[in-house]
Amino acid sequence: MRRGISVVAMAAAIVLGATACGGSSGSGQDSGKAKDPAQVSGTVTYWDTSDAKVEAPTYKALIADFEKKYPKIKVNYQNVDFTTVEQKFKTSAQSGKGAPDVIRTDVGLIPEYASLHYIAPLDGTAALTGTGDFVAGPLNTTKYEGRSYAVPSVTDTLGLLYNKKLFTQAGITAPPTTWDEMIADSAKIKAKTGVTGTYMNPDSYFLLPFLFGEGADLADPTAKKVTVNSPEAVKAVTEAKKIYDTSSLKIDFANAYDNMQTSFKTGKVAMLIQGPWSVGDDLTGSAFKDTANLGYAPVPAGSTGKPLAPTGGQDLAVYQGSKNLPAAYLFTQFMTSTASQAEIAVKNGTLPTRTSAYTAEVLKSPQIAGFKPILDTARPRVALPQVGSLFTPLQQEYIKILQGKASVQGGLDSAAKQFGKLLPDYAVQ
Amino acid sequence: MTTATVERAERPGRPARSKEPGPGLLKSIARAWDRHWYAWAMVAPVVIVLGVLVLYPLGYGVYLSFTNATAQNVATDIGPVHVPASYHFVGLHNYWQILSGQDGDFYPRLEWTVIWTVACVGITYSIGLGMAVLLNRPMRFRLAYRLALILPWAVPAFVGVFAWRLMFNSQYGVFNDVINVVGLPSQDWLGTPFAQKVAVIIVNVWCGVPFMMVAILGGLQSIPNELYEAAEMDGASPLQRFTNVTVPGLRPVTSTVVLLSTVWTFNMFPIIYLLLGSNTSGDTDILVTFAYEKAFVGISDYAGAASYGIVILLILVAFSTFYRSRIKTEQS
Repeated sequence: MRRGISVVAMAAAIVLGATACGGSSGSGQDSGKAKDPAQVSGTVTYWDTSDAKVEAPTYKALIADFEKKYPKIKVNYQNVDFTTVEQKFKTSAQSGKGAPDVIRTDVGLIPEYASLHYIAPLDGTAALTGTGDFVAGPLNTTKYEGRSYAVPSVTDTLGLLYNKKLFTQAGITAPPTTWDEMIADSAKIKAKTGVTGTYMNPDSYFLLPFLFGEGADLADPTAKKVTVNSPEAVKAVTEAKKIYDTSSLKIDFANAYDNMQTSFKTGKVAMLIQGPWSVGDDLTGSAFKDTANLGYAPVPAGSTGKPLAPTGGQDLAVYQGSKNLPAAYLFTQFMTSTASQAEIAVKNGTLPTRTSAYTAEVLKSPQIAGFKPILDTARPRVALPQVGSLFTPLQQEYIKILQGKASVQGGLDSAAKQFGKLLPDYAVQ
Repeated sequence: MTTATVERAERPGRPARSKEPGPGLLKSIARAWDRHWYAWAMVAPVVIVLGVLVLYPLGYGVYLSFTNATAQNVATDIGPVHVPASYHFVGLHNYWQILSGQDGDFYPRLEWTVIWTVACVGITYSIGLGMAVLLNRPMRFRLAYRLALILPWAVPAFVGVFAWRLMFNSQYGVFNDVINVVGLPSQDWLGTPFAQKVAVIIVNVWCGVPFMMVAILGGLQSIPNELYEAAEMDGASPLQRFTNVTVPGLRPVTSTVVLLSTVWTFNMFPIIYLLLGSNTSGDTDILVTFAYEKAFVGISDYAGAASYGIVILLILVAFSTFYRSRIKTEQS
């Protein structure tokens, strides 16, 4: 009996030793401190928020590989809907009951979770290895007060997706590079083809390219100032309102996102500000039966002249109270390794966060090739714990502005006032 | 029956309290325990469950409402991190913020909540009454009608609400398809705060009518037919019969269902939350959905949400007390 076990263990150790070599190069030398990964055991509960039908199979296959590589670690995979995961995680993390060991989370929530001590700092752990390889934008989303609390898993940003055929019919040769060109192009498209230019998404995340393009942001943490109603922000929202009034289909506020997608993929609007996650859905529509018809461009630039979109995406974070931290670190490391990321990118079409994962095979995917250059100009959201809370009042006021129920200045002033309540030590003007 | 007689048989043996010096409190409790321990044991589970599920959370909510607790300053004890609680008592500050209107959210929300409740209950009751009267007559396919009208009640709220959301869709919804066929232009059914308010009321009425109808139908059937016959003999018109026989006869049912449905509608969370999603200007938030946002969006404001919860509870308690006493004086 005893002998049997040790033989198996030894065999496993040999196999693992052979396979583990390729992965991390930096931490391997640091002997004594690091525990032998092959000896780590335990159960890792993983909350995945990827699309349960389309994306999850890829992650499950990777988990099977992981369990093969580390036979002493068992992974308990759970798919949690991304719209409810935040609340679920916060409740279970605070009470310590039922929280997962590893969670896939939106990058925007990292500062909040970190400030509440829900997720563990990962600097110097097995989870965060080979950081030099990560794309700067996604890596920056993991930082809170100088420490890293997550590992970038997939990244995204917003770009301009457009219907090439409609552009050709309207005699437009290149996608618009400024918001004013977008308005002019919409007018041309409407005149020549009868199709509306765009569909604005009233979600505040989709307002960020406008704000960033004017050099505006929600708040300025160094000056401790709420800047959402600065003159630059007013200019940005005025531009957004102008595009809505001149070039967009009317928003159905209760169904904004779904209608936006349906309108674009059935050819009822010519261009969208959207992210790479939507491409899979776009390609199911009648307008993009020929995948080459879908064009990719950076978001139009504001008056600063630079196209700037927010860095979005998903990070893997480790629950601070995990009973199996070493196993959780190893799991995180495995799922964000170059090989795993390339695999995810090929199968799911999401953008990897490691430069080395942009292999020739990965870049064959038109949406990854299309979005990769856009990613270089993306910038993270302001890293405040309250950033998730700030989006709600901003969105409510933005909707009022689009509906014409509030002036741009009035709406943003009112948002700034709400921001002031959420950021008590910040100055509001 | 037997227990009652046993009980009565025992009673004469009891010491007459007024004559002898009264036994101590402990003693009388011990005696009550000796005699009724069985009853206590039977009641205990309910008391414990109520205590754990209702009284403790309620008490804790009241406690939180006097503090400034948020997710950031409550005690955190996760893995290696131990952060002691740093929130403190703020007395009535939260209530003052709410009731003085300083938070800027309460009165607009309260106003809409009251309009929403009155409109929903009023319309639901009227339609429910009308349908109940229609269905209370002998007619063909009565069972089929009743079943069809109960359907909205049988469908889970979120399924019904999502169906309505699809129908209201201004670009791909069935309502616009229908009016386009007639030649009318498409409408943005959920486009403005006012339209959204109308829409949520419509959906809530749709969900609430079956309950009203069934309850009132029960009430109608308990009105003795002789009263109608007598009224008819006296030459009362159908309208007179309705106002002088049906309405008074329904009063006990009416007062109960109106009270119930007021409380329900006041706290009707799913319809507003699910029909409009998050892409609203916040104007359609009633007090409950607003408190929910406080508690669960971003960094949780436990104290703020708890104070809203307590204020909502107090409003409803005050309303129920007032309403019940009105009904009592009316009926006596």
